[in-house]
Amino acid sequence: MTWLARAVADVERDPETVYALFPRAAREGGPGARAELLRALGKALPDPAAAVMKLYWQGDAGERLEILESLPQLDLGPAALPLVHDALRTNDTRLVAAALGPYGSAWLDDHAFRQGVLKCVFMSVPLASVEGLGRRFDEELRRMLADFAAERRAAGRPVPPDVLERL
Amino acid sequence: MRIFDPHVHMTSRTTDDYERMYAAGVRAVVEPAFWLGQPRTNVGSFLDYFDALLGWEPYRAAQYGIRHHCTLALNPKEANDPRCAGVLDELPRYLLKDSVVAVGEVGYDSMTPEEDRVFEAQLALAEEHGLPVLVHTPHRDKAAGARRTLDVVKGMDPGMVLVDHLNELTVGMVHEAGCWMGFSIYPDTKMDPQRMVAILKEYGTERMIVNSAADWGRSDVLKTREVGEAMLAAGFTDEDVDRVLWQNPVAFYGQSGRLTLDDVESGGDYEGNTILRGTR
Repeated sequence: MTWLARAVADVERDPETVYALFPRAAREGGPGARAELLRALGKALPDPAAAVMKLYWQGDAGERLEILESLPQLDLGPAALPLVHDALRTNDTRLVAAALGPYGSAWLDDHAFRQGVLKCVFMSVPLASVEGLGRRFDEELRRMLADFAAERRAAGRPVPPDVLERL
Repeated sequence: MRIFDPHVHMTSRTTDDYERMYAAGVRAVVEPAFWLGQPRTNVGSFLDYFDALLGWEPYRAAQYGIRHHCTLALNPKEANDPRCAGVLDELPRYLLKDSVVAVGEVGYDSMTPEEDRVFEAQLALAEEHGLPVLVHTPHRDKAAGARRTLDVVKGMDPGMVLVDHLNELTVGMVHEAGCWMGFSIYPDTKMDPQRMVAILKEYGTERMIVNSAADWGRSDVLKTREVGEAMLAAGFTDEDVDRVLWQNPVAFYGQSGRLTLDDVESGGDYEGNTILRGTR
């Protein structure tokens, strides 16, 4: 039995074991192991939101990233939005980009979504990586990007092409 | 010259330092958890610090092509403040993290009964988690502190113990005990490059580890490189320099099974990487 198979069985039997297994899962179980454990947690608990949140708050950057990436598969409704807001407060491009994945795109309100998109522009996260940008693009976001472009031009700095093409 | 700085407090340094370190050959660092200059007053303050050592600081280092690992512990100075004692209850979950390669800095500051208790509790945690231990030796009453330290770690595998901040008066006893020997090279305290070379001539390069220990005080992140240059000038070979500045710290921290250097050892150009670079 592999480390991962044993860990998944442990979590399905006793969800509390996930807190000791999840931090080690990438090095013991390989890529994808953390996502497997989150899936097992979703099966073991009728409402896994609190456990997923605890894992995130106790997680290092790598754990947090994998939790954000797994959110669309976990069927949590808007309960995990505080995690997305937390990731958007960081200055880690990996976390900011993951926050604007399918889950963030589905649940963030308009203001927070627009701020997230603008943050991506500031951090050079390609806008193509923002899930559902076409669907959620609105006049206010267009205005914010135009103001950003004007600020860059006033400073004599180039405007990124992925901003220009959306004006 | 490739350099692994096994003890450097990057939290207190600017990005200019990361740039200078990369240019000097530094490709990997270990940042031990320690005091921050201003004493902490509560456990939460430690947890935010540990989270930064596991999140923001490795991310920041990666932007400059440097791999960042850390060691975590309740340091000996703050072991004396009962308001911080709860850190010991939080440590076990932190010691599971991927980039934690040792328990440290543990050891003595003023050699109090509280320091004894915290030191021993953390040695037990290290054994439980299969992690090596980075031991700080006190600046005041150093020789007595080093002797007492060696007494405390006597029951452990000496290969899992790095005794740090050594000098001419304390290196001998640690050498004899079979532990790894750490030296912090500073502009005007602890050790300097010339004295370091003299110690390497006397004791050889085996189990010898050199760090800059740079922090918020007067210190220099390039002292490791200076030692390498002083070694070459004194007739040591490139292989000797590589052993002290790379292979030895890699062998010591590698015992954690958590050292990941594949991205930096290949010597690839980090600047060509995408924004998603960095450790997962």
